[in-house]
Parts: sequence; C-alpha cells; structure tokens
Amino acid sequence: MAAQTSHLGKVKNGKDVVALNIIAYTFCGFIALICLVPFLMILAGSLSSEEAIIQNGFSLLPQDFSVEAYKTVFEEPMVVVRAYGTTIGLTIVGTLLGLALQTMTAYVLVRQEFEWRNVFSFFFYFTTLFSGGLVPYYLLIRQTLKLADSYLALLLPLLFSVYNLLIMKSYIRSIPDSLIDAAKIDGCGEFRTLVQVVVPLIKPALATVGLFIALAYWNDWYNAMLYISESASTKYPLQYFLYRQINNIEGYKKLIANGAVSGSVVSSVSLPTQTLKMALTIVVTGPIVLAYPFVQKYFVQGITIGAVKG
Amino acid sequence: MAVKEKRGVKGFFKKVYKYRAFLLMLLPGVIYTLIFAYYPMTGIVLAFKKYTYAGGIWGSAWNGFENFKFFFQSGQAGLVTRNTVLYNIAFIVINTVTQIAVAILLTEIHNKHYRKMSQSIMFLPYFISWVIVGVMAFNIFSSDYGFMNRMITAFGGKPVAFYTTPKAWPFILMFFNLWKGVGYGSVMYLAAIMGIDTSIYEAAQIDGANVFQRIFKVTIPMIMPTTITLFLLSIGGIFKGNFDMFYNLVGSNGLLYNYTDVIDTLAFRALVTNQNFGMSAAIGLFQSVLCFITVLVANKLVGLYDKDYTLF
Repeated sequence: MAAQTSHLGKVKNGKDVVALNIIAYTFCGFIALICLVPFLMILAGSLSSEEAIIQNGFSLLPQDFSVEAYKTVFEEPMVVVRAYGTTIGLTIVGTLLGLALQTMTAYVLVRQEFEWRNVFSFFFYFTTLFSGGLVPYYLLIRQTLKLADSYLALLLPLLFSVYNLLIMKSYIRSIPDSLIDAAKIDGCGEFRTLVQVVVPLIKPALATVGLFIALAYWNDWYNAMLYISESASTKYPLQYFLYRQINNIEGYKKLIANGAVSGSVVSSVSLPTQTLKMALTIVVTGPIVLAYPFVQKYFVQGITIGAVKG
Repeated sequence: MAVKEKRGVKGFFKKVYKYRAFLLMLLPGVIYTLIFAYYPMTGIVLAFKKYTYAGGIWGSAWNGFENFKFFFQSGQAGLVTRNTVLYNIAFIVINTVTQIAVAILLTEIHNKHYRKMSQSIMFLPYFISWVIVGVMAFNIFSSDYGFMNRMITAFGGKPVAFYTTPKAWPFILMFFNLWKGVGYGSVMYLAAIMGIDTSIYEAAQIDGANVFQRIFKVTIPMIMPTTITLFLLSIGGIFKGNFDMFYNLVGSNGLLYNYTDVIDTLAFRALVTNQNFGMSAAIGLFQSVLCFITVLVANKLVGLYDKDYTLF
C-alpha cells in the first residue's frame, strides 16, 4: 500500500488533480457507505422497538431504542450457543485437517524430482473443469456414504479445494530448492522436510489458506440444508440455523416461549418478530465482523496470489 | 525423458518404490478426490435413467433421453439458460467496471486512513454469508417494513411490492452481487496497478499529461492484461449460477421465477422439492457439459491473448 503514493507524490495541485481528488474521495466514500449501510440497518432494526418498526419500517437509526429483541434471543440462549458450538467445532477441525491435506498435497506437486507431478496436478485440476453435478454428489453423501444427519456431511464436502491447493502450491514453489536439498543431505525424509523445513517457511500461506477454509466452514449453510434434516436440527451450523429461524420466525418464537423459564408463562404472540430477526442476525454476524479487521490482510494476500497461475 | 524411463512393469514399480514417500503424502488427497469428485462423475448416467430409490444409481432402469426431453420441452431449459447467461453477463460487466473504477480511484486517495478505511469497509461484505445478505435484502425491500418503500413514500411515491414484482429483481440481484464482490474484486486490480512501472507515469507527466490522461492513457491500458484475463476466466463460468445468492435472495418465491430462475436453482428444486432425480441429473449434466466447453474455449482465448495466463 505504501508504494502506491510514491508515483503520484510529487504532482502539483493543478485543477485536474483537485477534480480527480474530489471524484476519488466521493466515489470511494460513497461505495464504502453503500457497503456499510445494510449492516447499520440490521443493527438499527435490532435496537428498535417492534411497534416502531411495524409503524415506520426499517431505517438507518434505531427507533424508539429498545433491547427487547436481544432479550428475546437470550431468553433461550442454548439454541444459539449450540449452533455456535457446531460451527466453531467444524471450523477448527475442518481448517486443521484441510490445511494438513492441502499442504501435503501441494508440497509433493511442486517437487521437481517427482516425475509424476504433472499427471497428479492434472488429476486434481480436472475436477474443476467437469463435475458430476448436484444429484450424484447428493446420492454419494446420503446413500453411498450414509452421512445424512451426521457432522461428517458438513465436514467432508469443504475439506479439500483445488483453488486452495493452487494458492498453496505457488507459496511452496517460492521456497528455494537449496533449502529442501540441504535438509535431504542432512538425512531428513520427505515428511520431516515438510514438517520441519517447509511448514515454518510458509506460515503466511498457512494463515491465508487456513482463513479461506475457515471462512468457507463458517459461512456454510448449503451442506446443512441438503444433508441435515429437521429431526437432527441440533446439528445445524450457525448460518443454516439463522436461515431456518429467519424463514420460520413464528417457529422460533414458539421455541423461545416454550423454553422460557417455567413460571413466567410467555406467549409467543407477545414476542417481537421483525426486530427479533434482526437481533438474531446481529448475534450471528457480530463475531465475524469484529474478527474481520485482524484477518483482512491475509485474504488480500491470498487473492493476489491466487491470481497468479497455480 | 523417454531415455531415462525404464521400460515395462518392473520400471514402474521401481519408480513407485522410489517415490513411496511422495505417493504416501498424495494418498489422502487422491482418495478424497476419487471419492468426492471422480466417483460422482459416474453418477451422470442417472440423467438417462428413471431413478428409483431401490435401484439406486446402477439398478434403476434406463429411459433414454426422457429426462432431457421433459427439461427441454417444458420450456424451462431455455428460460433458465437465458437467465443464467444474462445474469452472468450483467454481473461480469458491472463488476469489472466498478471494481476497476474503485481500484483506480483508491490509489488516487492520498489520505492513508481514508483509503484504508474505505477499502476495509468495501471488503466487509465478502466475509458474510448469503444468508445474512438475504436478511439485508428483506430489510431493504420488504413491502411492509422495507427501507426502500419508506423512502419511496417519504418522497410521495407509491410503495412497491418488490417480492411480487419480478422485473425489479434483476436490479436487486445485480446490486447485491456487486455489493458483495466490489472490495474483493478490486484487490486484483489494485495489485495490477501497483505493478505498473512508475517511470511510465513520470514520462507521462513530463509530456504534460494531466491526471485524467494519465488514468486513461497509462493506468487503464497497463491493467488491460489483468482485465482481459479475469474477464475470460469469468466467461468460463457463464453457465454457472450462483446458487447461494439466488436461493437466499429469492428462495422459493415462485412469482419471481421467470426473472430469477437459473440452472442451479432449477436443478436444486427438481432434486429436493420434486424428488425428480433423473431430471435434476439431466439438468446437471447439461450444465456440466456447457461449463466444460466454455472453460476450454475461454482458456483457449486466454492462451491466444497471453500464454502465461492459461490455466492448463
């Protein structure tokens, strides 16, 4: 980023420069604002009173400030906590396994002395060109492997991706051969070379690819929709949990009303609807938005590297 | 190469032994890919079968081109293919233009904090799931509570029932597609702009070019290779609909299908809603073949344009 100012650093402020500055600041500011507004609207909706939303609709600022919707979500916190648990568990296990799998594969595919590397590279690459489509995959998971309603149905589909493999390959390729050769001369086997020489050198790659994998698990709702039935709803990951509750908000309200602490009989009718949707969305989205500033740079690296031929 | 290779089976096994560590390391990935990518490819035979639960993939009876016949004769094939292609063309054009504009203008912002801040915010939508984008769409376009109708009525207009107005959806989908991808996509162009030799700018400046000439005569031509490559790569995916987006924004709202149904959503409904495995497999195969051909063609074109950027 620092380099980009240098080539423009010395320009004198002619009319054209001022004009361009105005355009640049306004345009980028405007796009950024548009990107931010939907988040703010959900936040504002979640902090409004139900009556105000019914009367006026959603807006950019909280109307008739109220935390009623959040109170409702936390009336029965276990369902959210459980979905969080599922997603966190899947994300951790999937990321670690996926990284190990991808690193190991990429390492072999870039080793010059492995004569069959191009054959195997094509073996992996071909799967991005042609696929069996939805039905055969669906039948594989549900009938051949019988994974329906199990965590494996959520874990396995996202474990390995050729795109991540390509990113990993281009990182590992940048390691000088001499380092690997030196390890060999010292008597290291391939596994030890990978773990003790290569892995420490590709920490940025592990961070980048790891975050790509983690994001895929975190945002996955599709596999849950296909492979986890309602009877196993305790296994819903976070995004699909949100999807279900948003699309069946009355059901969610009943769930909360039934689960509410005995004694205080709550009727689901008295619970908020629209603001509840917004509050639940914030509860689900909040952590990723908060974690985002810390991980953004790794994604930027990954995108740039991914653009280079794998 | 041929000289080095030992002939025959013996030579092969010698190599297997020599590469045993490599092969062992490849094994998990290879097994995974065989099971989750190659084995399902054999399942495309279902496109030519009448699927029964008891028969499974292999035991169900053949029915020739019945599944395809139904898909094409019902008129759905034409509709979803048209929608998929038109949406993708619109997405590619709008996204490319906006992402380039953002990348160029971001580099013109000299206030570091302003630049970083706006770039970070633009990148944010990339991180959230389409489920959440679906909530945002509802938030804005819901007939009763939506922000859009609030604005429309505030300016004296009549509220629009967006979720029953198919014609509004191409615009809504284009908006959210751009919204989610603008920060992510502009990163590539930013990297390309960073790579431009600064001496070219200096030369342009000495020649008396103003900043706009500098952008149109230097920056844009210099990032053309990246632009064309990315463009051709996205052309390769022109028959692929973004299921995540269409399903979360439109869902099972049949009123909108004429304008919003894409190949992927139709294949999904045929499978999950109608349990018509054969037809869904036929739609899937139809799409896979189209995708395969377009990727090959796009790759060929990239190759003609610049050999370094071909994928294989």
